[in-house]
Amino acid sequence: MPAPAPDAKLGRARPRDGGWRLRLALAGARATTLASRLLGRGGGTAAPGVVAERIDPGALRKLGAALTGGSLVVGGTNGKTTTAHMVATILDRAGRRVVHNRSGSNLVRGVIAALAAQSSLNGVPRGEVGVIEADEAALPAIVAGLRPRFILFNNLFRDQLDRYGELDHVARRWREAVAGLDGDTTLLVNADDPTLVGVVDRAGHRDRPGGPCVRFFGLGVAVEGAGADSAILLDALPHAADAAVCPRCGARLAYRALYLSHLGDWYCPACGHARPPLDVTARDIRLEGVTALSLTIEGSWAVGGGPRAGRRRATKRRSRGRADASPLAPQPAARCPRPTAFTVHVPLPGLYNAYNTLAAATAALAFGATPAQIADGLRGFTAAFGRIERVRVRDREIVLALVKNPTGFNEVLRMLAGGREAGLAVPALLAINDLDADGRDVSWLWDVDFEILAAGDAPLHTAGLRGPDMAVRLKYAGVDPARIVPHAPNDLRAALLDFVRAAPAGSTLYVLPTYTAMLDIRRHLADLGAVRNFWQK
Amino acid sequence: MPHARPTLRIGYLYGVEMNIYGDRGNIIALSQRCRWRDIAVEIDLVGIGDPLRPAYHDLYFFGGGQDKEQIAVAADLAGDKGKILREAVEEGATALTICGGYQLFGHHYRPHNGPELPGIGIFDITSEAGPDRFIGNSVLELPDGELVGFENHSALTFLGPGCESLGRVVIGAGNNGRDGSGGAKYKHAYGSYLHGSLLPKNPWFADRLIVEALARRHGPVELAPLPDNLELAAHRRPPAQLTH
Repeated sequence: MPAPAPDAKLGRARPRDGGWRLRLALAGARATTLASRLLGRGGGTAAPGVVAERIDPGALRKLGAALTGGSLVVGGTNGKTTTAHMVATILDRAGRRVVHNRSGSNLVRGVIAALAAQSSLNGVPRGEVGVIEADEAALPAIVAGLRPRFILFNNLFRDQLDRYGELDHVARRWREAVAGLDGDTTLLVNADDPTLVGVVDRAGHRDRPGGPCVRFFGLGVAVEGAGADSAILLDALPHAADAAVCPRCGARLAYRALYLSHLGDWYCPACGHARPPLDVTARDIRLEGVTALSLTIEGSWAVGGGPRAGRRRATKRRSRGRADASPLAPQPAARCPRPTAFTVHVPLPGLYNAYNTLAAATAALAFGATPAQIADGLRGFTAAFGRIERVRVRDREIVLALVKNPTGFNEVLRMLAGGREAGLAVPALLAINDLDADGRDVSWLWDVDFEILAAGDAPLHTAGLRGPDMAVRLKYAGVDPARIVPHAPNDLRAALLDFVRAAPAGSTLYVLPTYTAMLDIRRHLADLGAVRNFWQK
Repeated sequence: MPHARPTLRIGYLYGVEMNIYGDRGNIIALSQRCRWRDIAVEIDLVGIGDPLRPAYHDLYFFGGGQDKEQIAVAADLAGDKGKILREAVEEGATALTICGGYQLFGHHYRPHNGPELPGIGIFDITSEAGPDRFIGNSVLELPDGELVGFENHSALTFLGPGCESLGRVVIGAGNNGRDGSGGAKYKHAYGSYLHGSLLPKNPWFADRLIVEALARRHGPVELAPLPDNLELAAHRRPPAQLTH
């Protein structure tokens, strides 16, 4: 493969020289941040990005090129914040300096703002590695600008369709984005998701000379016999899953094992297409209730980037010898398969977090992290904002879990019910809003399998702007109306107070809010005396 | 109520292929509201390539789907199924169609690019891709009540003289955002762009469909009233919230 001169390529400009335009853009971003702080608007994460992009339309490309260790873009409808956060934590603890859009601002301007805030005014970043979470719709633009070293495709579940358009549309745009990549990028793909395999199908360097390298990860769970795990295997596609069709021929797919939504060990009975062989596999998954999980990661490939990863090693490092001493310095044998198996423990619950863990470990391996570094980073991991938190309020323990789309909601219910058929054992408050950040259309509640809650006798409180819709959904799921406690749609604080008071001291409660309801509830919990710093990093 | 326990036979058209935006909530609402009244329900999921038994079902439901599925479904309807459905509606069967299903019950849907999708012509309507997407809460006013739901479509649908509008648009865009018409109706077939799901929050309309559908084989039926307080609370959302 003829390798073009690195610096002649778009997106591979010399790190330190972003030019006067970039310097001006960064100064503009800095001034905007300062101004919004002075005006007391504090949290505005995108405005500096808007300013920087307007001054220098090439800002994203230049800021990305200045990251000498390359960057990772994390895409997917579910779990991208958690996954990106895990990768950043692992690399950070391993001594890599990471630039990360932590605030969850994952549109193009948010990414520019995050990178600008973490660079000097000359465009020199305060880190060597970028870990960037990308909104589904913004991913193609972020990838085109950033030219990342790795892209992690985590999953594509039906999300807030009013915001993104249909799933097919997102997949098509990702495919177009992948078609524009070359061998400088390695794609890390969840092979259990047939839609994602379709996104990268025949786009890799084996089918398209000069194309990106593709690595697959997935679950390896025993389907029959003593090792079979019913907490992890599903009997049938949940209603929230899109009809799983073959990405090549369109026929209905079959599964040797179905794990979560439409993710599994799939194959096409019509054309023989199937889940590709896995480069990194998760085995022996153990789910420990609402608190933790462990799994074994097996890699037949460990490390190294794409077919031309070696070239990057020639890049002069600025970190004064530290890189060479770092255990993360690329190994000469990086391109050879290096079988490895190691167990990780993560203080996060649920099968969906097992997937996030596997994805993060795959990315960390790709960056050259060692199994010990990965296990260490994950052991001390704290949940990303609002994903799953436990707080103590008035002598009661509240488990708070964000719900934002059918698959996420299904998996949270599965996790809270412990995979049992007995429904929830403890009271729950379901707080559903329909503001822009939640998705304005609440039709998705009808795609969630709330029928699992019909068993059991714990009360189910409903609140939020669309609490009434939630209450109706529960009733039609077969929940005894006597268990449904509807609260007024406009007063989350009163609903939360009633909910907490109705439960005896010492008990555990579940609170399941959509995004904006969660923001409200966290504030009210703090007012009620919850330990404020509990959820802050 | 007749003495024999009546059975409602539902033909759930393309429930696997066309199942977007929670439209299956309509099937859940129909079957639960029957079960709570001791009316038996039989649901046949009719997918691509499956046979459709002529003159068998009392009620058909047909929801919305993504483009790829809608193309495959249109091809499947072009065979016997389209004819069986046309005859069924002519002979008094009830049908509820939403979004893509609504379009395919019309003459055709013309996308921006790609070939025109033929429909089965039960509704005298034509649909074409429009420049904008209509997204938001929507309310239709019918002679005997209001329907509340959520619309999300880029198609413009126009009514011909052979069918009437299901209701007048009070909030939202309706068929095309221009003429104030919302949905279509022909005999006992109804179509609209309202997701939500539509029937759970509009229990009066769900019951009307059940009554009309049962009348086909069981004659006039009077439904026992149900406690609909939760449904009505969801139905009666303050207008201020509907337009936010």
